[in-house]
Amino acid sequence: MSAPVSMTVNGRKVTANVEPRTLLVQYLRDQLGLTGTHVGCDTSQCGACLVHVDGKSVKSCTMLVAQAEGAEILTIEGLSSGELHPMQAAFKEHHGLQCGFCTPGMVMSAVDLVKQNPAPTEHDIRDWLEGNICRCTGYHNIVKAVEAGAKAMGGSHAG
Amino acid sequence: MPDDAPAALSNGGGIGASVRRKEDFRFLTGQGHFTDDLNRPGQTHAYLLRSPHAHARLDAIDTTRALAAPGVVAIFTGADLAAAGVGGLPCGWLITDKHGKPMVEPPHPVLAQGKVRHVGDPVAVVIAESRDEAQDAAELIDVSYGVLPAAVEATDAIKPGAAQLFDEAPANTCYEWEIGDKSAVDAAFAKAKLVAKLDLINNRLVANPMEPRAAIGEYDTGSGDYTLYTTSQNPHVIRLLMGAFVLHLPEHKLRVVAPDVGGGFGSKIYHYAEEAIVTWASAKVKRPVKWTSDRSEAFISDAQGRDHASHAELAMDENGKFLALRVDTVANMGAYLSTFAPAIPTILYATLLAGTYTTPAIHVAVRAVFTNTVPVDAYRGAGRPEATYLLERLVDVAARVAKLDPAEIRRRNFIPTDAYPYQTPVALQYDSGDYFKTLEMALKTADRDGFEARRADAATRGKLRGMGIATYIEACGIAPSAVAGALGARAGLYETAEVRVHPTGSVTLFTGTHSHGQGHETTMAQLVASGLGVSVDQVEVVHGDTSKIPFGMGTYGSRSLAVGGSAVMKAIDKVVAKGRKIAAHLLEAAEADVEFSDGTFRVSGTDRSKSFAEIAFTAYVPHNYPIDTVEPGLDETAFYDPKNFTYPSGAHVAEIEIDRETGVVEIVKFTAADDFGRIINPMIVEGQVHGGLAQGIGQALYESAIYDKDGQLLTGSFMDYCMPRAANLPMFDVATNVTLCTHNPLGVKGCGEAGAIGAPAAIMNAVADALSPLGDIRVDMPATAAKLWHIIQSHPATHIPAQAAE
Repeated sequence: MSAPVSMTVNGRKVTANVEPRTLLVQYLRDQLGLTGTHVGCDTSQCGACLVHVDGKSVKSCTMLVAQAEGAEILTIEGLSSGELHPMQAAFKEHHGLQCGFCTPGMVMSAVDLVKQNPAPTEHDIRDWLEGNICRCTGYHNIVKAVEAGAKAMGGSHAG
Repeated sequence: MPDDAPAALSNGGGIGASVRRKEDFRFLTGQGHFTDDLNRPGQTHAYLLRSPHAHARLDAIDTTRALAAPGVVAIFTGADLAAAGVGGLPCGWLITDKHGKPMVEPPHPVLAQGKVRHVGDPVAVVIAESRDEAQDAAELIDVSYGVLPAAVEATDAIKPGAAQLFDEAPANTCYEWEIGDKSAVDAAFAKAKLVAKLDLINNRLVANPMEPRAAIGEYDTGSGDYTLYTTSQNPHVIRLLMGAFVLHLPEHKLRVVAPDVGGGFGSKIYHYAEEAIVTWASAKVKRPVKWTSDRSEAFISDAQGRDHASHAELAMDENGKFLALRVDTVANMGAYLSTFAPAIPTILYATLLAGTYTTPAIHVAVRAVFTNTVPVDAYRGAGRPEATYLLERLVDVAARVAKLDPAEIRRRNFIPTDAYPYQTPVALQYDSGDYFKTLEMALKTADRDGFEARRADAATRGKLRGMGIATYIEACGIAPSAVAGALGARAGLYETAEVRVHPTGSVTLFTGTHSHGQGHETTMAQLVASGLGVSVDQVEVVHGDTSKIPFGMGTYGSRSLAVGGSAVMKAIDKVVAKGRKIAAHLLEAAEADVEFSDGTFRVSGTDRSKSFAEIAFTAYVPHNYPIDTVEPGLDETAFYDPKNFTYPSGAHVAEIEIDRETGVVEIVKFTAADDFGRIINPMIVEGQVHGGLAQGIGQALYESAIYDKDGQLLTGSFMDYCMPRAANLPMFDVATNVTLCTHNPLGVKGCGEAGAIGAPAAIMNAVADALSPLGDIRVDMPATAAKLWHIIQSHPATHIPAQAAE
């Protein structure tokens, strides 16, 4: 009942045989060991599983891995190497995370926002993050972090 | 500074600085290790079959077809656990009722036996090669349920004819309990000039930390050792409860690890059935067993919070001075007693009903009731939000009755700043505080003086604008063990720290508290850095593993710094004391002449000194050592038992607008002025306040666990249960005033729960204020747009003064 899939994950070409019902997030976590992408709900609300698929933010719990055939996937583990990405650094500087569980999805979502809107206002940020739930921070410091991260990205980062 | 503050604090380094968090790098790069991220070699997967009925007889369970399904390793039911002698889930707090009898404490089997009592009650566990196979097989289990009528609302469950959950609990009552002097209260009401009355509901909530619970049990067939990895706020407590009461495993053969935990808010304090199931089953199948909750499962298996129905009356003299308070509360326990459940509506609720006021006579009656719903236990604030909500809503009613400004009636009744220690009529003794100052700070930041102009302006835009004030007091730093014991706790609540100085002067701190978002790895490192004069980078904080940490009661009730941090300071004092002996030997001075500050041992009044690192090195690998009088090594453990609770306090002010067309509430401004005692890391403290406020606002405006009459949870997913989103919340204005705790070495009080305690009353008082042009209307939480829209629609527009101006 398994079928072959191949894609690029964090710059690395991968292939695997998967059950057709396997979700992208299950493949990333269980087969590739990329456990930075989290599962926080089962109704596609919380955004803890958010990754980039061909440069756009996607909830990886809402996509079968088969649908990602041939795609370029970027997860939190691939966002930076060594030094923190400016958005990650801004989350640290502005205390935009507490327990850290929603954080990878939150950061990946914020990076995609800034790619589409290089200078988001507070309203833009709050509106964009509708699909990312945080239970710890009250979003105050996340908003500050995304504002600062956007400035630091300054259009020069491809994300 | 308190009298017994250690000298080690005087260097000041680290404490009070917004040090950026040491733990952030791993979380930001996806390298955290949450329980579901862990996989053990050869592991199997567990799936729990749960009851779809709120109340039913378990007539028969047939696992024949399921056992034959692909990948199935084993299936266990309640009968298997009973046959193996597995105990029930214990309750950690015994309440003695008003007649002097112990509460009714029915058994809570790990897997249901005989009956199921709530939707989600676990009936069987399937263990299979994969989670999907376990879930597929669970669908093949045939359970014959004899469905029974359900008791859902606590106020209905006590009525004659209601469905009965347990034979031993007539009228579904767990206990009837009371505190305070009833005759004094009755006498005060008899002479009162003014009386304020209020009925209210404190809505049931779901904690919903973003990480769902998970557990992995592992059994070493060679050594007979068990390991449980679990999403817990207190691994030692789980080891104690599960080992001693459920599985009968000695502690030296049971290791409990709580690795990175993605939020708890109380819901990960308790010992849950799944922890015992995976641990027990791992020895049966001789392979690791992993269970991970999905969110829908969490809604019907994580302990929930709040759920009170209360009537309250406040007696006043003609000047609005409070004379007596009378409260009657019915508290919903759910279907079984969760670990701390009986203490929440009693010890952590009724004792807080003096609030910030001098009310001389208080009587509180509490009836705890079993229902066919998910068990209820502590959720952020735990009893204190319920007390604050009731009292602060009632004080606003009192202000209207006495025709006083809400701020003024509070000032008239605040405990004076020179009255500490202040003994309330409901058991607690407050050590310090200044409620006038925090209220003044909050009102100034909120621009109370300019509010009426803003209200008038809002009216011209079709908006109903309101401002609400709430003050609060908490009892934190749980707990002085003797007091807790006298109040029914079945264990003392000490905390532990081990400060291990390594030979080259770096330090590992082992703490019995647990960090799941609170930033202990940074804050606790700041304590060590300040105390020993090392840098924060030289300190590693280890928590969450019973094999590494001597003991600990974990993190809840804003106790980690007040109790755990105090243990750290005691251990630091011991390290310094021993270091002083070693330094005295090396410096050829009398021990009494050696002083320690900023990381240096120095002979008083001289330039002869040794660095902390030199002393550490000498302690482990000495050539010249006072071996006859001092043992080598520099590794000290301390236990700390608090002398009293700590009493954080504050004032919150909410300003809101209700859209008359849609009923939507916009929070225009939210101000919090809090007193947490000494603050170690202001950045982290502000973050804790923000998060608490979000949960308090969530309770007031959005969140509610709603069951239908059959006991089905209607708000059972993030589709239906409204979690606050970024767009629902404002930027917060937060400020702190400091009055030090008088009885712990740091002068700290705790900050984790304050936001969730003050915010609901502030928001709802603002909602009531905004609706005041329409009349005196009862609105229970959550004040959703739909609820407010209906209220506005049902009141003729002519009642709204601004309508004519449009």
